[in-house]
Amino acid sequence: MTDYGNKRTIVGAHYGMRDWLSQRVTAVLMVLFTIALIAQVLLKKGPIGYDLWAGIFAAQWMKFVTFTVILALAYHAWVGVRNIWMDYIKPAGLRLVLEVFTIVWLLGCVGWGVQVLWRL
Amino acid sequence: MTEIAKKRPEFRNINAFKDLTTYRMTAAAWTSILHRASGAIMFLLLPLVIWFFDTSVSSEVSYERFTAAFASGIGFVPGWLLKLVSLGLIWGYLHHMFAGIRHLIMDIDHHAVNNQFGKASGLTVISLAIVLTLLLGAKLFGLY
Repeated sequence: MTDYGNKRTIVGAHYGMRDWLSQRVTAVLMVLFTIALIAQVLLKKGPIGYDLWAGIFAAQWMKFVTFTVILALAYHAWVGVRNIWMDYIKPAGLRLVLEVFTIVWLLGCVGWGVQVLWRL
Repeated sequence: MTEIAKKRPEFRNINAFKDLTTYRMTAAAWTSILHRASGAIMFLLLPLVIWFFDTSVSSEVSYERFTAAFASGIGFVPGWLLKLVSLGLIWGYLHHMFAGIRHLIMDIDHHAVNNQFGKASGLTVISLAIVLTLLLGAKLFGLY
């Protein structure tokens, strides 16, 4: 499929493929992360306090994984929220404003989450 | 195509209160709209989730603030309201995840794409999310 120049394909399938697939891949990552997190909380002995809880995220491999999941969450939410705007918001100007708001909202949350994670 | 395409009916200005309430929603339809609603709720409450993450892991002092917020409230937000919002997030996460897994099953096995599976799995998703939310909610509000 040619996607450049004057012979590029401008109709037909595959345009939504990337969003469709990435939403599923990011979803699977988040489910696996959820299972890994719950398993760690349940397997630790003793009452859940600060040391135990923060200790889970302090491990280097956990930071590695959590960082990826934060990015996956943001991309997943972007695809999903954009779908909501595309379904219900017809005026192009308002839709653009909402899409920009969505990006700002998500990027801000990603920055905040990563900052918390990496100073542990 | 020589035949002139039949003009399809268009439905516009659907009134959320007068028209939507007359829809006869199937289990699959409820699963679907709740999947979207739960996603939207979690998107809007994402800063709160990051705040939970921040205060709960950053330091022992912030951890105290985190637990105190649920016990006795924080700022103008009473503790019970924070618990209730958290319970909403818990339900949203559970419903969204189970509905997503249902989607993945239908993606992987196209034999699962039929009315019977749609209804049965839809009911499973809805009830599993509600039951687990009630169980965790009872824990959150200190019933056991």
